Amino acid sequence: MTTGLRFAEQAVAASVADAPGSIRALRTEGAESFKTLGFPTTRNEDWHYTSVQSIATAQFTPAIDRAPSTGVTTESLAPYTFGADWPLVVFVNGRFSAELSTLASLPAGIRVLDMATASAQDAELLGKFLGTAAPANRDGFTALNAAFAGEGTFIHVAKEMVIEHPIHILHVMDARAAGVMSHPRHVMVAERHAKASVVESYVSLADATYFTNSVVEAFVEDGATLSVVRIQREARSAYHVGTVEARQGRDSHFLTFTFQTGAALSRSNVYTVLDGEGCGCTINGLYMLDGEQHGDHQTRVEHVKENCFSREAYKGLIDDRAHGVFNGKVYVHPEAQKTDGKQTNHTLLLSEKAQIDTKPQLEIFADDVKCTHGATVGRIDETSLFYLKSRGVGKVLAKQLLMYAFAADVLETIENPVIVEALEKLTVERFTGSSSH
Amino acid sequence: MLQIKDLHASIDGKAILKGISLTVNAGEVHAVMGPNGSGKSTLAQVLAGHPAYEITGGEVIYNGENLLEMDAEVRAQHGVFLAFQYPVEIPGVSNAYFLRAAYNEIRKAKGLEEVDPMEFLDLVEEKLKLVDMDPSMLNRSVNSGFSGGEKKRNEILQMAVLQPMLSILDETDSGLDIDALRIVAEGVNALKRPDNAAIVVTHYQRLLNYIVPDYVHVLAGGRIIKSGDKSLALELEARGYDWVLETVA
Repeated sequence: MTTGLRFAEQAVAASVADAPGSIRALRTEGAESFKTLGFPTTRNEDWHYTSVQSIATAQFTPAIDRAPSTGVTTESLAPYTFGADWPLVVFVNGRFSAELSTLASLPAGIRVLDMATASAQDAELLGKFLGTAAPANRDGFTALNAAFAGEGTFIHVAKEMVIEHPIHILHVMDARAAGVMSHPRHVMVAERHAKASVVESYVSLADATYFTNSVVEAFVEDGATLSVVRIQREARSAYHVGTVEARQGRDSHFLTFTFQTGAALSRSNVYTVLDGEGCGCTINGLYMLDGEQHGDHQTRVEHVKENCFSREAYKGLIDDRAHGVFNGKVYVHPEAQKTDGKQTNHTLLLSEKAQIDTKPQLEIFADDVKCTHGATVGRIDETSLFYLKSRGVGKVLAKQLLMYAFAADVLETIENPVIVEALEKLTVERFTGSSSH
Repeated sequence: MLQIKDLHASIDGKAILKGISLTVNAGEVHAVMGPNGSGKSTLAQVLAGHPAYEITGGEVIYNGENLLEMDAEVRAQHGVFLAFQYPVEIPGVSNAYFLRAAYNEIRKAKGLEEVDPMEFLDLVEEKLKLVDMDPSMLNRSVNSGFSGGEKKRNEILQMAVLQPMLSILDETDSGLDIDALRIVAEGVNALKRPDNAAIVVTHYQRLLNYIVPDYVHVLAGGRIIKSGDKSLALELEARGYDWVLETVA
């Protein structure tokens, strides 16, 4: 290991601290793995366009070592929540807040527990999943997440259960988050033929330099559907690494949407393994970057079995001197015949200095498959702009309309209309400058 | 209303308009005809303020003001309207939203209050009848997936809603079957008033059976080589553009 010695020392300290058995085991694995792996460098192909030196050389205190923050009110969270009847799990500055969470009215068969409660009350069930989709030795960030395990959520939807409203996991940071690193781990299980939907959002009430490194382990069992919408609106000075690792059974459907507008430096990983016949995934996203922001998206879909589909559409709008990265990998194993894969990445560059590195990657080892990918990088279409202006629409509004139109179609792929409306509103606010991020 | 004086324009350094002069008064309909590549569409786009063209000489006075100094949106706010030869598809923006945004931008520029969506709907429903369009078209994205005829009718719908003083129709007849052509022409005729004017750019005489011009101008090589009344269009139809090119040469 060449980078992150201080993080390794902190990880070792965390691994010997008092914790429930399953958490302690994960921390130990995490600390050991991180000592070997360290932080990735740009020599690593998967991190070629994104340097994490600014994280590796900074100092952060683990959120689990700090007392929970009080003083944040339900009212102050109102702009970030959806329906009042949606189950809500709130983390303030990296620590679970029982007071702000509303988990009372869940029907039998649906568990939504914070990690401490789950590892005390439901250790056996949790233990079957924790650390199995995203093992600690996957990469440096996943190792660190394991090393500082302790906060997060355990969502378990029993077979054939259908949840009524999406479960919202809300991470809120305020000025007290400065210098804090949080490593939430959310374990989501949809048993066979269950249908579940989760929103995972990251917001800030004040700007601060902190580091979020989250991991989602998703288990979508036979015939189940799980949708995860990730809304990354971290503080402008923050660092965010978010990883989703999914395991899919036969005829399952896993959907993710990654909405990314926040943080100085962010990396989002969505990885899934299509490990059952006839299953599929829909992995979409929208990124909007400006100023000096750097936002990186990596996806990896492994087609392991026959007759599976993958659909992937990422769109981005990049302004000022911001830098976007998209790397979408699709691996089709030799047994995965009749694979149907489609991947697109479209980016609009809004300024001369804006940048995107886009790299679709298909590796196909089966001979009877249908896989396409395409990437475009463009600017606002001058003809469209002239058309709008020729109808009297001023230049500023005309541009906003075209940017919105570009973004809107990918947002509309989200199933839940309440989420679509909320994200459309955020998108409009972003373009009209009526919100900081 | 409009005085074009010795207008020169080029695109990518290539001269297209080489000295056009034309006066259009309120209440008049002018047809601009000409063979392919004569500069007809360029003239239409230059008048509407297309940024790709460079004005290399001459001037255009519109209601006493220098039109060429205005941005495209300002021209529209002052009552200039271009019906596009190839209307642009804008997926993701609904026709209703677009029309209302345009209508309100023009009202704002005139110092008038914006209209709310319900009021606007009443106004649009009236205009839809004029071009025989189904109200469901309002909910579709602007021109997105529209047939050729639907796109052209949508242009006339915009014209009907925005009530321009000077309408420029750029080959609005191209690609239309006779029924669609009739609907479009009737729409244009219904919008004619003593205080507005139209420039109808067309390759074929056919449209002028429905929109009867007061003047016909033949454009070739970036200049108006012949002007006359509506009989000139009929003569062109009968004898072809070569005839007029030879006559002038």
